[in-house]
Order: sequence, then structure tokens, then C-alpha cells
Amino acid sequence: MALTDIEERTGVSLVLNGKPAHIVADPVERLSLALRERAGVRDVKVGCDAGDCGACTVLVDGRPVCSCTTALGQVEGADVETLAGLIASDPKAEALARAFQRHQAAQCGICTPGMMVSALALLREDGEPCEEAVRDALGGVLCRCTGYRKIIDAVLDAGGTGMPAAGGVGAAMARVDGWPKVTGTELFGDDVAPADALTLRLVRSPHHRARFTLGDIGGWARSRGLDLVLSAADVPGENRFGVIPGFEDQPMFAEAEIRFRGEAVAAIVGPADLVNALDLSDFPVAYEELPAALLPADAGGIANLHEKRGDNVMCRGFVRRGEPEAAMERAAVVVEGEFSTGFIEHGYIEPEAAFARRIGDRIEVHCCTQAPVMNRDGIAGLLGLPKEAVRVVPTATGGGFGSKLDLTTQPYVALAAWILNRPVRVTYSRVESIATSTKRHPSEIRMRIGADTEGRIVAVEFDGTFNTGAYASWGPTVANRVPIHASGPYRTPNYVARSAGIHTNTAPAGAFRGFGVPQSALAQEPLYDELADRLGIDRLEFRRRNALANGDPTVTGQVFERGMGIIECFDALKPRWDAAIAEAEAFNARGGHLRRGVGIAGGWYGCGNTSMSNPSTIRAGITADGRVVLHQGATDIGQGSNTVIAQIFATALGVSVEAIAIVGPDTDVTPDAGKTSASRQTFVTGNAARLCGEALRARLLRLGNVSDTAEIDVADGEIRLSDKDGRRTIALADLAPDSPAYVIEAVETYDPPTSPLDENGQGVPYAVFGTAAQIAELEVDMQLGTVRLLKITAAHDVGKAINPLLVEGQVQGGIAQGIGMALMEEFLPGRTENLHDYLIPTIGDVPPIETLIIETGDMHGPYGAKGLGEHCLIPTAPAILNAIADACGARVTNLPATPDKVLAAIRSRPA
Amino acid sequence: MQFHRPDTVDGALSFLSWGEARVLAGGTDFFPALGGRRPLAPVVDLGRIAALRGISRRDHGWRIGAMTTWTDIARADLPPLFDGLRLAAREVGSIQIQNAGTIAGNLCNASPAADGVPPLLTLEARVELAGPQGLRELPLGDFILGVRKTALAPGEIVTAILVPDWSADRTHFLKLGARRYLVISIAMVAAAVSLDGAGRIGQARVAVGACSAVACRLAGVEAALRGVEASGTAVRNALADAAFAELSPINDVRASAEYRLDAARELVARTVMAAIERGGKAWR
Repeated sequence: MALTDIEERTGVSLVLNGKPAHIVADPVERLSLALRERAGVRDVKVGCDAGDCGACTVLVDGRPVCSCTTALGQVEGADVETLAGLIASDPKAEALARAFQRHQAAQCGICTPGMMVSALALLREDGEPCEEAVRDALGGVLCRCTGYRKIIDAVLDAGGTGMPAAGGVGAAMARVDGWPKVTGTELFGDDVAPADALTLRLVRSPHHRARFTLGDIGGWARSRGLDLVLSAADVPGENRFGVIPGFEDQPMFAEAEIRFRGEAVAAIVGPADLVNALDLSDFPVAYEELPAALLPADAGGIANLHEKRGDNVMCRGFVRRGEPEAAMERAAVVVEGEFSTGFIEHGYIEPEAAFARRIGDRIEVHCCTQAPVMNRDGIAGLLGLPKEAVRVVPTATGGGFGSKLDLTTQPYVALAAWILNRPVRVTYSRVESIATSTKRHPSEIRMRIGADTEGRIVAVEFDGTFNTGAYASWGPTVANRVPIHASGPYRTPNYVARSAGIHTNTAPAGAFRGFGVPQSALAQEPLYDELADRLGIDRLEFRRRNALANGDPTVTGQVFERGMGIIECFDALKPRWDAAIAEAEAFNARGGHLRRGVGIAGGWYGCGNTSMSNPSTIRAGITADGRVVLHQGATDIGQGSNTVIAQIFATALGVSVEAIAIVGPDTDVTPDAGKTSASRQTFVTGNAARLCGEALRARLLRLGNVSDTAEIDVADGEIRLSDKDGRRTIALADLAPDSPAYVIEAVETYDPPTSPLDENGQGVPYAVFGTAAQIAELEVDMQLGTVRLLKITAAHDVGKAINPLLVEGQVQGGIAQGIGMALMEEFLPGRTENLHDYLIPTIGDVPPIETLIIETGDMHGPYGAKGLGEHCLIPTAPAILNAIADACGARVTNLPATPDKVLAAIRSRPA
Repeated sequence: MQFHRPDTVDGALSFLSWGEARVLAGGTDFFPALGGRRPLAPVVDLGRIAALRGISRRDHGWRIGAMTTWTDIARADLPPLFDGLRLAAREVGSIQIQNAGTIAGNLCNASPAADGVPPLLTLEARVELAGPQGLRELPLGDFILGVRKTALAPGEIVTAILVPDWSADRTHFLKLGARRYLVISIAMVAAAVSLDGAGRIGQARVAVGACSAVACRLAGVEAALRGVEASGTAVRNALADAAFAELSPINDVRASAEYRLDAARELVARTVMAAIERGGKAWR
């Protein structure tokens, strides 16, 4: 009887990326952890630790498996390959990496190793797979950024060649930071901690609301050999953080009362293996449960979560224009309805992660984030340090979508590292991430819309209640933004919109792509269909008839003389709309249990903060040896700001993009480009980059005394200028340097022109609105209530596409999130806290997407460009719901439209 | 932590006889069940026991080794009797899960939504167990006893799934979930159908998963289908009044109980018809 015993001290031998390797670790340890932490193979990414996301996919003897559900001991003697190893050894892998670059199949890049390893297993068996085979091969890897379509394109084109030419504004170039993402060398939040870092883990409440007392936590920690235990008593600064001035209400550690399930009561710190293995069930904390509310309807009946917020109302929003009540009475047709949506989880594949180290009297935090400067200020407040004593260095960020704006991991590691004077790291588990990070606000909306006999909107009344959870986070933004947007991009002369953010005992609702606007569109757009049907007007024509044109006032009285492009969006969709309706009618005429439907919806979104200053600053310089360096502080969470900002700057300065070296966000060396949210980076930071490029160019032209059209070339310690009058060469060494770093340096700031809103919400909330309209084509199974999407056609007015390929990527990714919102996603506290109960779309759930880019040219945007990120998902869910109703007459008003709800709606249709 | 990798069944049994130990097969349920914890007991990895892996022909039936993966099954050269099982194999989680997850692991995990159970029920599969007392066999229906509960005795492991020959060459499987891949079923149905010389249903075996604590055969449905003409209309008529008494679905995050019953009825009709229409066609 042959036995093979593996003891921890003997370790496991395997062939790792073609080379013999020996890993000494507990053989029952997850292979993902052993590869990352023992063997330093950081190209294996961990997203869920449950086989639900596929990010950790490796090849074991040629077959893709999740390394998180494989024991190290199981690969004794096996051949294990990871992306980085494949890139080094297999020409097919490098070709696939080039295809991923060519098609921009990687956005944030966190799922990319899993995608590519899975795709390579397929390509080794089948060099020219069909699309279905690609979907089957990649169905086990979740992506939250791309909408999968460009990944499919890349795998199908793995044998192709070429690369889009690099260029400035308008060039569909590959992303400048893409190669590390497609070769496994990109470093994310959990990839950067030094080997000697201690590990931090949080102790969290299992109750929605409770009073609690801590026992002898110090003694408990000492007896277990921990280095440190932290609780509210250890917070040196003010134990409150937040993102909106006046609404900083969230403690780093709960004090006496728990307000939501998962809230942190303490943190433990020690060596990783000790901390990870500890059983926290006997941690000395005693809870006394208190009455809790999880829904706004119940919030009035419980004690206020926050002093001074009576009835648990966090805040309200309001916009009023004209005489809506009187106009509604005069309307020829009035429709109304109630609509609701649940919590939506951001579902980025990279859980929150950070490490911190103390350097003298300063603390340095490396983390995935969307808002490094806001993070710095928040950490400083919690630690009681001056802002200058905190440095935040963003790593690559594996998706954010709004939730990585708020502080999560950062203050804990900062405080622990500060006290211990040792590096400390933390990475949230998937359950921890879903349970405690911010969410999209659940909504309960009542809306009435009146139109005249010609199909013109005469009045709108809107009331929206938003569950903002236990803490404010970005709730005030949602409450303010929704009333401004709830009309949709349509002329609405008489309008009243009221919103309220209500506290409940759930994870805080915060920022998520659209800030409440997707929810309001889910009320307004279905009602527009109902109005059009009642009036016998084609649904697209009805919208076009009401669409805002240049010169029309919005519901806040703002008038755009240029750049209101929604009419162009509807016109661009018209051919597909007519064809899709004809195809659906022909299909349905054949009978059967499948019914096709076509739906349309419009949407708009104001770029940047609402009536608040939100400047971006860009710094750039030319070094003595002739390098152009761009300090680009707009965090690129996959959306592409590293590329877009560089393209804008290159065009403004007049040099090639490839000549520019980028220094990324780092609060010590790169000025504040604001947060990556509200679709503001292309518009606001892009403008700062344009101004900075132009300023630098003006300096150079003056130095050479050459004309405005001169060509600039900076290299080899020289600035070379040429125009029709000849060439000038300036030696950088001959110039007095502007700063220690740069011989010539420029710093420019842009802040969008807005104005405060009056008591009726009238004013100029945003300098730029982007608009969009989408068509959804789908099939409803009349017996099962299932929905199969056939195609999405998306028309987006982006003003000017700085990089058309990035525009398509944003559109496709936003649509995928809209699909999830429409059909499958709902976070239920304590119930859907993993990625098999909380479902996001897989590669099999996103149909072909046709993107129609409209370029109306914005008045304020850089080269006419507008923001785009949020706009992409706003029309998607309402277009899908409208298509479901078109297919079968069933109106689902409580999202998500899961098969059971669709079938129930089919069965309760009016006869 | 001790981690044993025996290369024989006897070796595995001897480790298990020493005291509490956890069996590791593919790992796809083992690790998620641990959550963030570490196993406290020694682990016995069955992955090196060659005798436990693979599909072989034996007298009056087939033997599927316990450690045979879903990919092995999906890719095996098997008669049409196994079409339903192979379709189920391709619906288990994802390629990653199918490459690691094993057929016996799927049974031992005893999830109400285990994809492998309904097709194996329609094949009247038996479970072969080896333990301190030697080998024994149980019908699959007697092996899975409840949610996360099996008839495995201490020190026992599953060694094989045994499928008896049956003349039916018409089997099918349908899974209903809220998304395309990596999805836990709302409901699923397997059917195996034999036709008589007159084109009528001789015998139909129908099993439904995710609509009761343990997937089950539907006796009332099977009785109603016997002797029915193999056409869509006749099958639907026969099913209209059939009792689905064995099902007791629950409300959960995936669907309501009421919906599950409706969906199961519809899926049964579709699966039976698909099985009938599948007859004789080559696997693809």
C-alpha cells in the first residue's frame, strides 16, 4: 500500500510555469493563497474564494480550474500554469495578449488573468473557436467592467495582427496602461504589501442593530499572540468619516451601538497565518439586539439612527418649475405608477484591499481607490493627523463603480501601522465586501405624467424615497441629483420632484454609476411608453417629440445653446427601431411560447458635482534630459482616464502620446484631479489637461519665438521647434529650471461653471449633460417568464469621442450592469452576500451591442467631449422592461425582473 | 495539518479509520463550505486513486468512478442513454468547476440543487460505498437523505456510481436559472423515455431537482405518461392532470415556491418532448 503523506514542513513539489518549484505551506491551503503568498505569483487574482468568479483560474495539467477551490496538496507533481508563465512560454498567449490590447478587452484588468488563462485552454484545443465555444469556455469568469463583448472579440481574433495607431484626441488607440493588465504584471490593492506586513482582520456585528459592550479584548488578543487589537477607544482623531460636508456620520469602529449588520466593532492584527486561522466566535463582545428597520417604510417606527435626523430622514431634495398641479388637471392624458428597485451591489471583482506603513511622522497608505485625496483627508481626520502627514498611493483598482470612493480598509491599516510602526495589510473577503461596502440606493417611486393630445408633456409629479442605509455616504447626492434628472432629457414645463433619503439598519447606500438616476428612469421611461400607447403615437416618435433641443430650458431652467444631443440619439436609433419592430412582429406572427419585444429608453446625466465646485488640477513638466512627464491624478479604475487624459494632453501640447511619461495619482507628487465619479474625469480633468498642455505649449513656443502652428519635439535634452520659418533647438540644460523636477513646468486647474440652485431647485447644476438612448430587443418565454436578450443598440452623445474604443467599452460595460439591474441583481442583507446568491451577468447574458457614437460637440468639454460613464447604464434597464412589456404586455414594476416576477406579471395581465 | 494522498481505496479507508478526517475530492464544494476557516481534521485527498476515476462497461451496466469529473463525463464516448447526464455535466457551474468537481462529490454534498442528481435518478443509478465493513450498494434515492445529509457511515467513501443498462436511448436534461452560467438552479428536470413499437411512450422516468429537499422522481407524472402518444399535444394533455405530489419547493432568493411548481410542470413537458425528439441523434 503506497501512501503519500504531506506534512506542512515537507512542502509540495510541482512544476510551476515550466520550472520545478517547491512550496512549503499547509498542503490544505488554497492553491490561490499558496501561489500568491508563498510563491509570489501575484498574477493569480482572488475575487471570491468560492469558485464563483474565476479570477484565480490557473491551468492544472492543462485544464483550467479555480485555484481558490484547489488545495495546494492536490497539485503535488502537477503542472501548474498561470498567466505570467503562459505569456513567457506560449506564443499563443502573447498573441492573445496583443488581441486583448487591440480590442481593449481589459478594462480594470482584475479578471483578465482568469479570462486569458481560460481562453488559452480553449485556444490550445481549438485554434479557431466559434463564439459559442468562447462563451462556454469563459462562462466561469466574471467581469464587471467590459460587458464581455470585447473579450469575445479578442479571443475570436487571437490569431489576428496589428494594433490601432496611437494618437491624440479621436484616436481609438489601445490603452496606455493595458500591457501590464494583459500580461499579469499589474499590481492591485492586495498585490503590493511587503513580505513583513502584518495582517489585519475586522470583528463585525452579526446583528442589524444592537447595543454592545467589549470585554477584555486586550487580554483576549494577548493570549492568542496577536500584536494589536483596536476598537473605537483607540481612534486618536474624530471617530467619524463621510464624503459630504456636514454628513460625516460613519464611525470607523462602532461606539456602543451597531447600526448595520457587518459594522466593525474591533480589529485584530498579527501574522497572517495566525490572524486568518483565528476563531472569532469567542471574541469578547456582548450584543443586545435592538429593534431594527431594513425598509424605509419601517424606519419611522424605530429610534432615530442619528441624533437630529428625525423620523430617520437623512435629507430631502426638491425641484419645482411652472405650475405642475394646475397643468396636470388640464392634461388630456395622465398616467401614473409606482416603481421600486432593491439594493444593487457594485460587484467589482477586486475586493477592497490596502496596506499602510509608517514613515517617521507620516503614514503611507497603498490601496485601490477612486478618490485618493478624499481618502487622505478622511484618514487624517480619523487619525488626528494633519493632511500633510498622510500619503495615499493608489494601486491599480480592480473596478469601483462608485463604491471605492468611500473609505473602507484604509483607516484600519493606517491606524494599526501608525501604532505598531510596522507595515499592516488587509483584504476584505467577498462576503465582507458585499456585506459592508456601499450599495445602490433602493428606490420607491410614485410618478404621474400628463400629456396633451399632441403627445407633448405638460406636467410631471415625482416622489422618490431612497433607502440610504445606516450612514449618509453619498445619499445627499442621490437626494439632490434625482429631482434634477427625473424628467429625463425631455421638455417638461410644469414639474415637481420631491426626494427623501431615509436611514435604515442596512449597509450604507452610496454612489453607484448614476447616483439614483437609473432608478428614476425606471419610473419615467415606462410611463412614457404608456402615454405613447394611450395616444397612439410611436414610442420613439413620442420621445423625440418631447426631447430637449438646444435652447429649451431643463427642469432647473438651464438652457443649453449647444450640445443637447438627445434628438440626435433618437434619430440615430430610428432605422434599427423600425427594423427591430418589423422583425419582432414577423417572429411573433409564427406563434409559439416565445414572444419577441422591442423597447426604447432615453437618459441623461449631468457631469460633475451638483452645483458644487469640483476642480481638477493637472501638472506636467519637461525634465532636463528631455522627457515630457504628465502627473495624471484621475484614478483609472478601468474606465480609461490614463489613456484619455494623456491623449488630450498630447493633443494640447502637440506631441505624440507615446512621448509622454505618466506619473499616476499619488497625493505626494500628483495634484488633486478630484474623484473618479459623476462622469467627471474626461470633462473636468480632461479640461485641466488641455489647459496644462496648452500652457506648456505656449511656454515652448515663446521660448523659441515660433508661430502657433509650430511642431514640437522634445528628446535628448532638447526642445526642437519647427515651423515654416525654420527650426529652433533649445538645450534644456541652458534654461533655469522651474522646479527641482522640471526645467519647464505647468500646473493648471479647471472647475466647471455651475451656479447654486434656489429654493425651487432652479439654476445651473451642471455645465455639461450627456445624453443617451438605447433599444433592447429580447424574447420572453411565456411559460417560464425567462428573458433572453437578443441585441442592444446604444446611441450616445459623447460630445467628442476622445477614444472611440474606450467609448464602446464604457457603453458595453454600463449596459451589462443595466442588464444585471433589470433582470437579476438584488442585495439582501445577510442573504445574498456572495457571488452565487448575488448574481451579476455572465458572458452568456450580454447580447451583441451596437454602439452609435454621436458627437455634437460640447460647449465646455475638452475638444467638445462630455463624460460618459454613468450614462451608459441609465437607459438599459428601462429599455429592457419596456421590451418585456412590448413582448408580452406584462409590466414588472418591482425589480429585478426575475423569471418568477415576469411570469406573475404575464399571468396578471389585464385580459 | 495532515494531508493524506493515498493511491488505493484501502489506503484511504485506513486513514479514515484512524479517526475523524475530511475527504477531499474535487474541492469545489469543500472550500466554499469552509468559508474563511481552516479544516480542523486531517484531510484525505482521493485524487491519486486511479481506480476511482473513469467510466467502464461492466456486466449489465456501467461503472462511473467516484472521482470522475464532469468534464470526463461530458467528453466520454457514451451511448445516448447518458445524454441527459452529459447535458447536466455541461451545466455544472463552469468549465473550471466541471474540470475539478466530481460526480460523487456532487452527490455527497447533498445540495437540493445538485445538477447530477436528477439525471442519475432517471438512470436508476446506484451508489457503491466502501467502508470498514466492506462494499455495499444503495439506490441513489436511498443515499441522499436530506439537505446536506447522506447515508455515508463513518469511515465510508463513495467509490462508484453504477448505472444499469436500459434500452431507452432518449434522455434529456433542462436547467432553469436566472443567468446563463455559474448559476444555482431554480428548477431542473431530467427525463429518460422509451418508446414502444407504436410510437407511444413505453416507460418514462422523470426527476426534478431544486423543488424539494432532495431531487426526486415523479411517480404520478411517470404513470400519466405511460402509453401516451409521443407528441407534444398528447404529452402536455397527459401532464395537465398529473400529480406533482413529490415536490415541496421553498421560497428563496432565486424564486418563489409557487413559481417553482409552475416552472417544474413546464420544464417536465419540455424535457420529455426533448428526450423523445433526441432519440437516435448523435451527441454533439
